[in-house]
Amino acid sequence: MIRVEHVSKSFTLHNQGAAVIPVMRGGELTVARGECVALTGASGAGKSTLMRMIYGNYLTASGRVMVGDLDVAQAAPREILELRRHVLGYVSQFLRVVPRVATLDVVAEPLRAVGSNEAEARARAGELLAQLNIPERLWQLSPTTFSGGEQQRVNIARGFAHPYPVLLLDEPTASLDATNRATVLALIEDAKARGTAILGIFHDEAARDQICDREVDVTRFTPGLAA
Amino acid sequence: MTPLLQVENIAKFYGARIGCTDVSFDLYPGEVMGIVGESGSGKSTLLNTLAGHLTPDRGAVRFDTRADGLRDTVTMSEPERRMLSRTDWAFVHQHARDGLRMNVSAGGNVGERLMAVGARHYGDIRASATDWLGRVEINEDRIDDRPSAFSGGMQQRLQIARNLVTGPRLVFMDEPTGGLDVSVQARLLDLLRGLVREMGLSAIIVTHDLAVVRLLADRLMVMKDGHVVETGLTDQVLDDPQHGYTQLLVSSVLQV
Amino acid sequence: MNPAMTQSDQDRHEERGMNDYNFAYLDEQTKRMIRRAILKGLAIPGYQVPFASREMPMPYGWGTGGVQVSAAVLTPEDTFKVIDQGADDTTNAVSIRRFFQKTAGVAVTEATTEASVIQTRHRIPEAALREDQVLVYQVPIPEPLRFLEPSEVETRKMHELEEYGLMHVKLYEDIAQHGAIATAYAYPVKVEGRYVMDPSPIPKFDNPKLEMAAIQLFGAGREQRIYALPPYTQVVSLDFEDYPFEASKADHPCGLCGAEDSYLDELIVDDAGGRLFMCSDTDYCAARQAAGHRGADAAPVLEGMA
Repeated sequence: MIRVEHVSKSFTLHNQGAAVIPVMRGGELTVARGECVALTGASGAGKSTLMRMIYGNYLTASGRVMVGDLDVAQAAPREILELRRHVLGYVSQFLRVVPRVATLDVVAEPLRAVGSNEAEARARAGELLAQLNIPERLWQLSPTTFSGGEQQRVNIARGFAHPYPVLLLDEPTASLDATNRATVLALIEDAKARGTAILGIFHDEAARDQICDREVDVTRFTPGLAA
Repeated sequence: MTPLLQVENIAKFYGARIGCTDVSFDLYPGEVMGIVGESGSGKSTLLNTLAGHLTPDRGAVRFDTRADGLRDTVTMSEPERRMLSRTDWAFVHQHARDGLRMNVSAGGNVGERLMAVGARHYGDIRASATDWLGRVEINEDRIDDRPSAFSGGMQQRLQIARNLVTGPRLVFMDEPTGGLDVSVQARLLDLLRGLVREMGLSAIIVTHDLAVVRLLADRLMVMKDGHVVETGLTDQVLDDPQHGYTQLLVSSVLQV
Repeated sequence: MNPAMTQSDQDRHEERGMNDYNFAYLDEQTKRMIRRAILKGLAIPGYQVPFASREMPMPYGWGTGGVQVSAAVLTPEDTFKVIDQGADDTTNAVSIRRFFQKTAGVAVTEATTEASVIQTRHRIPEAALREDQVLVYQVPIPEPLRFLEPSEVETRKMHELEEYGLMHVKLYEDIAQHGAIATAYAYPVKVEGRYVMDPSPIPKFDNPKLEMAAIQLFGAGREQRIYALPPYTQVVSLDFEDYPFEASKADHPCGLCGAEDSYLDELIVDDAGGRLFMCSDTDYCAARQAAGHRGADAAPVLEGMA
């Protein structure tokens, strides 16, 4: 479902003497249906960068980034939006929401975006929040006031609300206690069993060993670090 | 898929001075595009040119009309263009008083577009107005009050109701949250997001507030000195800006 | 010199001491200009034709528009009548009637049926007018959209493009505030399905009479506009399906002549709040009384006095 071929990327900082910082060269990667692949490498090696390039959040300078049939590196914005709506989910480390919107609505939003009816969307959102131990009395509050761990779980619930065929997970188990960690891992296992192609970053080695089929070390795509 | 709006090489000059130039883009149904830039960057000129308030010096603004498909709104007759602007188009002004009739009740403000397209049943018009006040979170018992008795946020929500009551397909917004308290802004943004999704609206939003476009816009266009310097997915432009000006703009946002 | 005047007309005027004035006060060029505006108005019913309004020897608001129109249409053979709110005997009506007696030397009358040109302020006579009559209205504000749209440029554009939604906003506001369309005079109408027109501040009771056999001319002096309704023009009062137009009047018979079909003035007659309803059309009321009709408040007819 994901096929990254020979991608490169650099940042040009126009306001800092036009410094050019190469961050990736010769990136290669595939993730098959029902497979979970972990990105590894030291901090700053480019794990998040590669993941953002796949999501279309960072521009890819050259190469191909195929998600399903779409080359994200070349696609028009609306094609990427369509892809994100139906095919490609992303659980980032940070929750970014409109202030003052109820948690339940935040989680239901991806389902509304694909046209689910209101009742179904809210029911599914409630189910996930309950599974992730967000007390029901908080559902009508905005998650912006929640603790870091609670925000992370809301973020995960939102990411799993719609059964995307492709999922990108950036540290999904960070800052979670044992119970919630187990719940998240179970959600990931379920998604895999459904045939979801998953690409993740896990600093939590035990989690990585438990759910990932393969690892890809991005260090070999990092200019200056590659042997 | 046919774009709802096809903008081709639009230019508007004020004498020798550039208002905006070389602007081209397609907007598809359901898409929300943000236009950002500092004061004087040409973003408001562009918006007013697209909405037919200003006549461009060159270029085409084609709209997918219900009857005849894509038509150039620059060359269409004025009656046709004005008809568009009270049926399929809507324009939300930064200052609500520019978009409302301050000496007409809230209900009359919302009902005007309905009456303009031929509604002649008072009960039906009032029911629509009541429904729309509810949708923009204005209490029903304020229906006969004049907007001058409303707070800034309420006026802005009333303006939105007045614009959306005829079910437009394209909404132009000029700094819709400008001049409002931050807490009021958030509620308005959420309201706009909900309406855009429910009604499948396409929108073009001009703002200098990057937080607003991040939350509302799918796509972003960055303008400087009348030129478009960068376009792309909103999160991509904000997180991985390519142009020096965009980088400056993004890095200048104060972190809370 | 009026080209329509024969030598014998001239002689007659000179006999009456008309040398000091041009016929009907205005110079011939001005009258031609006004007649052109009138003809254009008749050709486009309900459309406001701009004209170069002249200073008249009376203040704005006293009927300078109507007077100029009357001056342009009067011929020496005409019989002229002036009413103010239906009455022939108020200061304004008397002044204008005397003005044309003096400057045009035309015959004057208070009888509606005998007049060929009737200038009116805020009423249409009760008696049905004929094809050989002309009704001239004095108009203070000719633009019906002015209430909600202060820009003349914009209101002209709205007429051009038939964007009349705003007119119904005014009626909507009425119902929202008063539970019914409270507009009682200057009630807007649509002419021949095209132009929305202000019928001048006549009571809405008179609106149905706007579809008539006589030519109707409207003159606004200060605003410099003339508009017109040719005979038998379709004139529809604006309304809502669920709040239809009603030509209302006070629910009383005339206290003097007993008429139940005429528009009434309400008069407070004593310190105790006693009131009298009487026909606003004085000629209509007088004619009925002369024919023997008596209302409840009429002075008793003493035996043998007639």
